[in-house]
Amino acid sequence: MSNLLKNTSLSINAADKIISDTLHKCDDGELYLEDTKFETVTLDDNKIKSSDYSTDTGYGFRAVTDDVIAYSHSNEISEESLKKSSENLKSTLKSKSGTYNSNIKKTNQKFYKDIDPIETKSLNSKIELLNLMNDYSRSKDSSVKQVSASFIGEKKSIEILRSGGELLQDTRPLVRINISMMVEKDGRKETGVFGVGGRQSYDEYLKDDSWKKLCDEAFRIATTNLKSKPSPAGEMKVVLGPGWPAILIHEAIGHGLEGDFNRKKTSAFHNLVGQRVASQGVTIIDDGTLDNRRGSLNIDDEGTPTEKTVLIENGILKNFMQDRLNARLMNTKSTGNGRRENYKHIVLPRMRNTIMLNGNHTQEEMISSVNKGIFAVSFGGGQVDITSGKFVFNCTEAYEIIDGKIGAPLKGATLIGDGPSSLKEVLMVGNDMMLDPGIGTCGKAGQGVPVGVGQPSLLINNMTVGGTQL
Amino acid sequence: MIKENDYLNTIADQCLSKAKKRGSTEASVLVMNSVSENVSIRNRKLDGSTRSENLGITLTTYIGKKKSSIFSSNLNDKNLDNLINRCIESTKITPEDELNSLADKDLYFNGDKNLDLYDETILENKQKIDYINEAEEEAFSKKDIVNTNGSGFSQNKSNFVLANSNGFSDGYKTSQFIAYCEVVSKSNGSMERDYEYSSKRFYDDILKPKDLGVKAAELALQKLNPKKIKSEKLNIIFDKRIAKSFLSAFSSAISSSAIARGTTFLKDKLNKKIFNDKINIQDKGDIKKANGSRYFDSEGVKIKPLDLVKNGDLKDFLIDTYNGKKIKLQSNGRSSGSTNLYFLNGSQSFKELINSNKRILYVNETIGRGSNLITGDYSVGASGLMIENGEFSYPVSEITIAGNLNDIFKNISLANDLEFNYSTNSPTMLVEGMIVGGK
Repeated sequence: MSNLLKNTSLSINAADKIISDTLHKCDDGELYLEDTKFETVTLDDNKIKSSDYSTDTGYGFRAVTDDVIAYSHSNEISEESLKKSSENLKSTLKSKSGTYNSNIKKTNQKFYKDIDPIETKSLNSKIELLNLMNDYSRSKDSSVKQVSASFIGEKKSIEILRSGGELLQDTRPLVRINISMMVEKDGRKETGVFGVGGRQSYDEYLKDDSWKKLCDEAFRIATTNLKSKPSPAGEMKVVLGPGWPAILIHEAIGHGLEGDFNRKKTSAFHNLVGQRVASQGVTIIDDGTLDNRRGSLNIDDEGTPTEKTVLIENGILKNFMQDRLNARLMNTKSTGNGRRENYKHIVLPRMRNTIMLNGNHTQEEMISSVNKGIFAVSFGGGQVDITSGKFVFNCTEAYEIIDGKIGAPLKGATLIGDGPSSLKEVLMVGNDMMLDPGIGTCGKAGQGVPVGVGQPSLLINNMTVGGTQL
Repeated sequence: MIKENDYLNTIADQCLSKAKKRGSTEASVLVMNSVSENVSIRNRKLDGSTRSENLGITLTTYIGKKKSSIFSSNLNDKNLDNLINRCIESTKITPEDELNSLADKDLYFNGDKNLDLYDETILENKQKIDYINEAEEEAFSKKDIVNTNGSGFSQNKSNFVLANSNGFSDGYKTSQFIAYCEVVSKSNGSMERDYEYSSKRFYDDILKPKDLGVKAAELALQKLNPKKIKSEKLNIIFDKRIAKSFLSAFSSAISSSAIARGTTFLKDKLNKKIFNDKINIQDKGDIKKANGSRYFDSEGVKIKPLDLVKNGDLKDFLIDTYNGKKIKLQSNGRSSGSTNLYFLNGSQSFKELINSNKRILYVNETIGRGSNLITGDYSVGASGLMIENGEFSYPVSEITIAGNLNDIFKNISLANDLEFNYSTNSPTMLVEGMIVGGK
């Protein structure tokens, strides 16, 4: 039974009729209904800066035939509005005809609870805790000059109505707690940022005063950066720490393995299935089924159950990440990677939790093997050019390595590499796999979706570091 | 069709009166409506069409110096009542901040609306498809253009009303027509992509389709078979589409919120030299038909034209009401950020600039976030072309460029080729002595 149509003037029967009438000659499509509640509470500059709440409700009506997508969305959920959308879809696809495949596998899998995380903690207690975080951070040291902290919570309910009356539903909680700190000493200013989150209530991330650890970590990063020296420029060996640095994998090869770029043959990986794209010992998966993780989904935004997809096994390219459209055109099946930011956007193949599995080296081994290089522990963000394969990411915590030992911290540098070749340059894979703290958002075609990453420590033979010291 | 002002006004009035009835002492509301229609093609075949219709309200309520906000796209009476109640309840709980208030009454916009920001033209999807097909057709007529990442055309129309309990109530329609073409070139195992786009308020002003296609193709072709250069200190020329990103960093660094929080490398630089003497920067909201033009900001405050940098000296900030009070300056109508922000032309021609040194790196694409506004540190991935003796000689990629904005700003020379293609615009820019990370 549809919950999202309940308080609207659109009846399920009328909706079903319009859906079937619009989609019966198409290959695919659905009516996607969404209701999102969203709250941010922010402390900044010693004050509660905002307490904002929003509700966003709407539909996205999609019809697909062959490789053409017609899409129409609105936040007016009514028979009249849906009919108008239907006319629009029909006129785009009027010269085409396809065969509707309504076969979507049903699932009972649940990787998170059906809760509204905004309501599981009162506004009062959020404000109280933000003030505690502010006071605690500022009391750590007189160098702390600025503190921002926020609680961001969301409950997204979705329904997918397909032609023939099929109905698929999911309710997705998501929270994030952030802290950022600016420290100043001897005229130098630096920042440290840290956060945690996932698909559970806030309190799961706040047990045993663990909010103090968030503040401690942001403070540690900021004060480390106060001592940083200019980064070198040029090619050198790079050791990546475990966890969040896996955004390298996300940028360097993850995007290049999304179905759309490969179906369109614009990815540098499009003709490399079955071939070696990474060193022996490198295995990478994209997993939507991890409990309570930021990138996990019970079903994707087309209704397909998510799964654990092996992308690269022992260095050999095995699979791309697929939504229904690209899977159909490439004669394979959806891997449950069809995602959209919200009802205003079309579905694209997107990553979930992208993870490199453990090898058998230790981080100490890696560092002691490097004569001159850098040890990158944390990153701000990254970007990739899918076609040329070039990717970058910005270090927010990094150290020089000299003669096998960790040296001084380095100022924020950009690392640049070539996606298809960078993983062939992996010399050692660590045994200390870690997932990120639950803070990642991936952007593609103007759409942001929550994702996760994870990896063990890695030693890469050769990357270009964008510093200022020649 | 987009809703008329009367319709939006009615919703705005309802929200304000409901908020007042439930106990707000001040309130402001924004009612926004937009309709956008776009088509995309790939390899000269229809790829998709999207129609977007958005209607939503943002309401901010004050009780004394306490403040809270809601947004909703669901405007049915019951839902709106619930949300307004919730907003009032949250306002009561939120701690006081003595600086919270609506903008000063005497700063509100009350002039004529004569900037031509709305084009009535409505294009059928077929016209959009024909336009963009012609662009791709032209791109594909070039040798080695083998594929496309997709090209598209979109027509956006929006209308809004901003109203507050001080009696301000105004709004207007705007339009935007956007065409883009992104193509893939391939030769000797090298594959590259590049794009061109044109975004204008009036349909007649956007780039002709042939020019769009040719430009995208030329850019993608000139990147083929790039070399990586060695790490060295070089003079760099930034293409206009990249040069403007330095203005974006500059405008973020002089926003009153960054100044008030102390989180910017330009904090103590008012009336001090931050660029060399030849550099002038203006921000003007009143340029006819321009992408960044607007009559008032998100608080209803009229947009004051600003000389932000004069002969290299920082002369002003981008100021909103709240942060303005914090730094004891009056709002200049920049709560929504900069408007049409641009460097004034320099004195040299493009040709003089590329002949200013024997070896210069011409950068026309950067990737990565780039600037740390607290320290001014700048580091991005880049690609472009090497200029030798005034001639473009070979493409360069997989390099980084780095420096500090304090130094970069002082080493900028500008060409005299300013155009108003975007809302932030720069002439071609030369920066002397940046560090290139390569082999």
